[in-house]
Amino acid sequence: MAVRSTSRGPTLGRLERPAITGVLVREIVNFSSYWRSSTFSSTVEPTIYLLAFGFGFGSLVSRVGNYDYVEFVGTGIVATAVLFSSAFPAMFGTFVKYKFQRTYDAILAAPVDTEELVTAEALWIATRTSVFGCVPMLVAFLFGLDPAWGMLAVPFIAFVSGFGWACFGISIAGFAKSFENFNYVVSAVLTPLFLVAGTFFPISELPEWAQILANLNPLYQCVELVRSAAFGWEGWIDLARLGVLVAFGLVMWRIAIHAMTRKLVD
Amino acid sequence: MSDQLAIRLRGVVKRYGPITAVAGLDLDVPEGTCVGLLGPNGAGKSTTMRLLTAQAIADEGKLEVLGFRLPEESKAARAQCGVSPQLDNLDVTLTVEQNLLVFTHLYRIGRADRGAAIERALQMANLVDRRDTRVDKLSGGMRRRLLIARALVHRPRLVLLDEPTVGLDPQVRQELWALIDALRAEGTTILMSTHYIEEAERLADTVLIMSHGSAVAAGPPAQLVAKHAGREAVEVYGPPAKLAETERACQAAGLLTRRTGTSVSVLGVEDADGRAPEGERRPANLEDVFVLLTGEEID
Repeated sequence: MAVRSTSRGPTLGRLERPAITGVLVREIVNFSSYWRSSTFSSTVEPTIYLLAFGFGFGSLVSRVGNYDYVEFVGTGIVATAVLFSSAFPAMFGTFVKYKFQRTYDAILAAPVDTEELVTAEALWIATRTSVFGCVPMLVAFLFGLDPAWGMLAVPFIAFVSGFGWACFGISIAGFAKSFENFNYVVSAVLTPLFLVAGTFFPISELPEWAQILANLNPLYQCVELVRSAAFGWEGWIDLARLGVLVAFGLVMWRIAIHAMTRKLVD
Repeated sequence: MSDQLAIRLRGVVKRYGPITAVAGLDLDVPEGTCVGLLGPNGAGKSTTMRLLTAQAIADEGKLEVLGFRLPEESKAARAQCGVSPQLDNLDVTLTVEQNLLVFTHLYRIGRADRGAAIERALQMANLVDRRDTRVDKLSGGMRRRLLIARALVHRPRLVLLDEPTVGLDPQVRQELWALIDALRAEGTTILMSTHYIEEAERLADTVLIMSHGSAVAAGPPAQLVAKHAGREAVEVYGPPAKLAETERACQAAGLLTRRTGTSVSVLGVEDADGRAPEGERRPANLEDVFVLLTGEEID
């Protein structure tokens, strides 16, 4: 028998649209089977925070800076909803799909690379986040937050933030050896970032070093951008904030691809 | 049969830390044939399968699948391959049809052809009546058939089946064999790993026996049997002491033996000229070859 290889077709490139679409279709079809629970957990929890702080804290504090407390919390809460709809589902979902459902084994046997898989998963979570992120703000309308045209930019802000946090969650799932590892990340990283994001109290009350650090917190930049969208843009400052979110997304995206490649390809 | 190779591996080595899972493997799969990778657990069959889809990257050696070099050009090769994994990874909350639909997208079937591709896969797997059933409501055999059908939606030129019938009842196994045989009849190239000897014997044109990460024998099943185990064997039953005694006597007389657990099989007795002990005569089979070449004890 001649040792001759078979005729071949063209080779394929990186980050191809059909591959990303394929992974997105899988997520969309699956979403039809679990959208109730996912929508519930992503929107109800931030809404509870809104109500608790709004009524509880709001009875003690009526104004923060130039804002009514409901305006302050009703806009800041978007960042909380973003975090709950992106980082958490990304961490747990990725780990389950990798470890228990072995979904990624099936996808990577098709003409899809890890880079495309991670990109598509993050885009999908970011898309969901752009919707879920707005829900508590819509609830805040009922309690006295005034709608404004600028708020139409909020889904976009939630999308950009959500992409970064989705990639963060995927990275953690990629580096984690077991579910228990997530506890460290939630306690040591997510909870502090979530509390010093200027959502429930202004960071101007914090010591100076904490204020400087807060500027590096993507959740804080998200909160501030949403407040600008609601109460008036601040030009270059807002662009810089968007820049921080985009940079956060890009860095996390590459880290997520690296982490998952290590995990999925022996 | 064409003289082209769908898979060509040369000197492939894959290590996991101190363990060498694949140790210098050569493998040829000619187009249009069914090749069985036969070996005990831990022989390196599954690692070989993962290497072929670049889900594992070889440390040494050359790999070509459908003319593409691996791992660099693996994606193009995967576009024309179908893979049925050993561990079920279907989306269990989706229906049969939804699972297939997702894969028509992952395998880039155009919108106009998706419906027909799904129908064809449903028919091949005999799941037309179950199209709307959720996967977690299917029997084990149906899930396996769906897993294989999912690998076929894009009419792949090469199908990789990793232990396609592991853990299934004999009846269900027969259904799957019929499915694989139909695929073979269509001219699809198949590489199938299995540790069921009967499966390899029935379906494979060529069998490659693996042990400790490399090939210890390759050829059509009948040829392997004739070459390594002869035409006939004698089964000698009895208490352990008698079996041990038979083994010693036969080996002293220059006959090959292997243990079956309940008996000793004495091989190649057609040329034994009276040296063979008394016992039940039977034709030699692939299991004799398998045990002779891969060892009687599991390490």
